[in-house]
Amino acid sequence: MAKVIVVTSGKGGVGKTTSTAALGAALAQRNEKTVVVDFDVGLRNLDLVMGAERRVVYDIVNVIQGDAKLPQALIRDKRLDTLFLLPASQTRDKDALTPEGVERVMTDLKRHFDWIICDSPAGIERGATLAMRHADMAVIVTNPEVSSVRDSDRIIGLLDSKTVKAESGERIEKHLLLTRYDAVRAERGDMLKVEDVLEILSIPLVGIIPESTDVLRASNVGAPVTLADKTSAPALAYLDAARRLAGETVPMTIPGEKRGLFSKIFGRRVAA
Amino acid sequence: MTETLTDTRPIRLKGRSFLALMLTPELPIEGWLARLDDLAARSAGFFLGRPVVLDVEDLDITKAQLQELIAQLGQRNVWIMGIEGARPSLLGPGMPPAMKGGRPGPDFEPPAPEEAAAADAPADLRPAAGEKPPQLTPVTEPQPSRATHSIIITEPVRSGQSVIYPEGDVTILGSVASGAEVIAGGSIHIYGALRGRALAGSVGNTSARIFCRKLEAELLAIDGLYKTAEDMDKRLRGQAVQFWLEGDSIMAEALS
Repeated sequence: MAKVIVVTSGKGGVGKTTSTAALGAALAQRNEKTVVVDFDVGLRNLDLVMGAERRVVYDIVNVIQGDAKLPQALIRDKRLDTLFLLPASQTRDKDALTPEGVERVMTDLKRHFDWIICDSPAGIERGATLAMRHADMAVIVTNPEVSSVRDSDRIIGLLDSKTVKAESGERIEKHLLLTRYDAVRAERGDMLKVEDVLEILSIPLVGIIPESTDVLRASNVGAPVTLADKTSAPALAYLDAARRLAGETVPMTIPGEKRGLFSKIFGRRVAA
Repeated sequence: MTETLTDTRPIRLKGRSFLALMLTPELPIEGWLARLDDLAARSAGFFLGRPVVLDVEDLDITKAQLQELIAQLGQRNVWIMGIEGARPSLLGPGMPPAMKGGRPGPDFEPPAPEEAAAADAPADLRPAAGEKPPQLTPVTEPQPSRATHSIIITEPVRSGQSVIYPEGDVTILGSVASGAEVIAGGSIHIYGALRGRALAGSVGNTSARIFCRKLEAELLAIDGLYKTAEDMDKRLRGQAVQFWLEGDSIMAEALS
């Protein structure tokens, strides 16, 4: 049974695209057929992070408008043959996405894949609402700071009212993914602590991704961080998060705790 | 530049709600208008004097088509007071304003053909007001239940959401997020943290109170008198607090 995940946040720049790519590659490494879908029509980025920008011929808008068939638009990853990308169009805007067209594409994708991961654009307008529309699960990407937390809260409200699941009276599974987390700064009070974010949003935590230069480096070479350097701290955190999404029980650790004795002094265990 | 106010009485903000009739056009518009004409023919004046809101959420139409539709409805004496679910690009000057946050109300029943015929009959043939129509089945009007004067919300109220209940008290088991609002005709009880806005006694109830387990509110109001976070006693932040009205001032006290 295909599972549709939307990666969303409300706020821009918190790591939705990075997380989509990293979780997609992590799930694909479990030998489950995975597609990452870029809904950010007009401002596409997922192709760059996936390293597929030179291979885009057709995109989701072409498929919706019937100019191309779905298999023509799907790009298979060169490193992982269970990983695919459905790119967005860069020359159009979000109005090119129609509710019927998106529904058709999602139904089609569900027939071919185990995991469909939708990279939502920032904001709460058409692109974002259509990206979440058919989701079974949502990964809410949040940075430990107040504006990101409030925007996430807004998005959770929309997930509970504007999705097909919510409209048919079911509940959409929601998971918090805390990104760009720095344990030392959180302890100093420069950042919100994990407990604070969880208290405000009151949804379960699926992972804490440490602030790391490895993430930026991976983006720049065009590889999901879970493929670029599988032993880096953010890659390990994303791999764990993907296992939790797949239903496994994995103990939660605060990133940075393993750095050595010194950081242990600052480290604190998280109540998940 | 600063102006000094000579009259420092606060401006009272009050809510008022009307039940609007929601029309949801379907494509093709011509067919839908024909069905609307049919309804209007059976019950003359059904739309007269009623506030009507147009729902275009799932309607794939352009701005010009929407303007044409509004004009077509105007010719039928159906005046649109607002449009719900429209993309901003669909609206513009000279068009009804965008509306949002509407909650479903009871269904409007268009009068059945016989009733419409009765309404057209001369006045002296109709039963007098208050008199039961002779030996007819009782008319059941779709009346919303007025038995309960409080609601309980078991979910957290998220940023951007509004809970509006002019009929009475609101009890919320979770938290009210920053950027969310709760408006109640009666008192407001929040068993989590209040980080957003709470407006109690919105229909002119001076005895309404606000209770919360953890005060982080952005704004509080009782009977239209309001207080922003800046005007609140700093020592009450993070505490369990209740607010009530005494004359023209909002009083606060920590709940022990």
